[in-house]
Amino acid sequence: MDLPLADFLQIDFPALLVASLAGLCCGLPGNFLVLRRQSLIGDAMSHVVLPGIVVGYLLSGTLDTLPMLLGALGAALISALLIEVIRRLGNVEPGAAMGVVFTSMFALGVLILEQTGASGVHLDVEHALYGNLESTLWFGLTDWSDILSADGLAQMPGSISRLGGVTLVVLLVIILFFKELKISTFDPAMATSLGFNARYISIGLIVMTATSAVAAFDAVGSILVIAMFICPAATARMWTDKLSSQIILSSVFALMSGCLGYLIAAFGPFLLGENYALNAAGMIAVVACLLQAFSMVFAPNHGTMGRFLKQRKALQEPAEI
Amino acid sequence: MLQELFDILTFQSGYNTNVVLLGAGLLGTAGGVVGVFSLLRKRALISDAISHATLPGITLGFLVALALTGTGKSLPFLMVGSTLSGILGVLLVQWIKDNTRLPEDSAIGTVLSSFFGLGVVLMSYIQTLKSGSQAGLESYLLGSTASMLQSEAEMIAISALAITMLAVLFMKEFGLVCFDPDYAASRGWAVSKIDLLMMALLLAVVVIGLKTVGLILIIALVIIPPVAARFWTDRLGVMVAISAFTGGMSCYLGAALSALTPDLPSGATIVLTATALFTLSLLFAPKRGVIATALRQFSFRLKITRRRALLSLNKGQPTLSFLASFLLKREGVLNSDHTLTEKGQKTVATMSRDQALWNQYLSDYPEEAFAQNRWSLAMITDILPRDLINELEMSIDSPKKEIG
Repeated sequence: MDLPLADFLQIDFPALLVASLAGLCCGLPGNFLVLRRQSLIGDAMSHVVLPGIVVGYLLSGTLDTLPMLLGALGAALISALLIEVIRRLGNVEPGAAMGVVFTSMFALGVLILEQTGASGVHLDVEHALYGNLESTLWFGLTDWSDILSADGLAQMPGSISRLGGVTLVVLLVIILFFKELKISTFDPAMATSLGFNARYISIGLIVMTATSAVAAFDAVGSILVIAMFICPAATARMWTDKLSSQIILSSVFALMSGCLGYLIAAFGPFLLGENYALNAAGMIAVVACLLQAFSMVFAPNHGTMGRFLKQRKALQEPAEI
Repeated sequence: MLQELFDILTFQSGYNTNVVLLGAGLLGTAGGVVGVFSLLRKRALISDAISHATLPGITLGFLVALALTGTGKSLPFLMVGSTLSGILGVLLVQWIKDNTRLPEDSAIGTVLSSFFGLGVVLMSYIQTLKSGSQAGLESYLLGSTASMLQSEAEMIAISALAITMLAVLFMKEFGLVCFDPDYAASRGWAVSKIDLLMMALLLAVVVIGLKTVGLILIIALVIIPPVAARFWTDRLGVMVAISAFTGGMSCYLGAALSALTPDLPSGATIVLTATALFTLSLLFAPKRGVIATALRQFSFRLKITRRRALLSLNKGQPTLSFLASFLLKREGVLNSDHTLTEKGQKTVATMSRDQALWNQYLSDYPEEAFAQNRWSLAMITDILPRDLINELEMSIDSPKKEIG
């Protein structure tokens, strides 16, 4: 197989970059969601932002980030409020209240998309589901050095700078508020007794989740957003009990699945002598989950196999009296 | 447009549309009935994992059918495929929950994203095949009644009817397992088998509903109607009936609306119809609805304000809010110059006596008073028995001497 460097830099490099950044920007807050048993908030967020994004697009008439981001955040806030109202008044479990709200919001998004003709332009339902990772192109790159040149930077696709910015903010927030996030995740009552309100922190976490979901949603679609919120963190949790190592490990897993998944989708069929590419977002989700499946079985302390071996060893050793 | 909608709704626009509408209505009914039990068993979101998990089964069924029969869109293959991968999804959620340290929500999220991701990859592979019939698969994502064959619609109607009947037949068993699984087990019922049957019915609803509502939104069919019904009642039978009605109506109306606008995915119209019915429940339900709750809270506030104002009048330090003086003037307790009327003096005296009795109750029977959640909120004579009040009155009028 013959791949010119310019093609790689213009087509595959930006896609790899977007996949990695999306993985990081959802995977980092995902750590806290998994620990707080709120993983499905990521799922809900990736559905409820659709009407917000569509309305933002329709009102502003452009595909700029800001109106879509505002629309999506608005939709996320309205949904959070509705979920709370339904949960309290209806006396149902939070999962069911979430299910009511996110299916309704997604259906509303689909309806507006199809009715206003916005679907023809750039947004459509398939795009919302699988994103358009493959169509992220960085024109004007012919050599590695072009990436940092003024000309190259000027042509950088919007989704990369947007995702890069959000990832940076998410990372900064997690580093700055690490202690608060940690305590409020494991022991909300203690957090409150130490003088910072655990409620505000969990609202902040939801806002952060919504922001990450919106930034990644446009580039990689809802399915990959859900996978990246949950799988890297869940995988890392199999290997460690320490929050900081879990976060670092989950970033590694997110990057691994992003790069591996994209490469398999883009080049796997070529290596088998076929001339097509598979859907990259779907493949990344599959790779992320395979990594998780491997860890669930083979991780030394928390994998089923590791636990089994440990138990057998304990049985063979003579019992201490 | 309206005439057309009326024709569709009254089954006057052709056999095919009628069967589709009937099938959709029955599907919604089945979803509503089965959904009640998965809601009460706190498993509402398992259906999200099931529905997303069906996609790889659909695509694999398509590929197998393509290899064996030459055309991929063969309903039996797609159904078998989606059922099998749905079952695999449920089993995986259960395995992750039981065998790793991950909680159920992470298990659901993992399964739904991995299966859906795999399905999307397989779909992108199918699109590269030159078979030409792959277009139909997309309708499984968001549903499409427009492309539905008559035989498919008939199959949906019959299966939905069977699911509904089974669920109603086992209502007692399901209800007991939902409310008190331990008691059911202690009575010798096979709880795990009953659970399995509930799960099977849920899976069946998801699989037959894929074509009509689409796998992204199918969970709305088993979540929205039961939650809407929950607002109206606390009784299982009534809840099942309301949920079945809500689900049936949403699918029937939604499918009719989408028959008018064929380019719109029918899943979206059906779900939004359900959302509209849900919103009605949320607002107008008699006890739990938003309006009823707001009214109740408001009248409670009025009651408290009146009571406090009367007590403060009795102490001779009336700092009345606008609301309080408005209420008391309207009641005829206060004159317009904020002095008490004759009736007012009586009311104030009654109220202060009532408060004194409540206070005595608190000091004589502190535990009962704390347990009494209407302490000092209503007239004591309406709540406590006559002899107890007599006793309280005696101890106010002749306080017991302190011992020692």
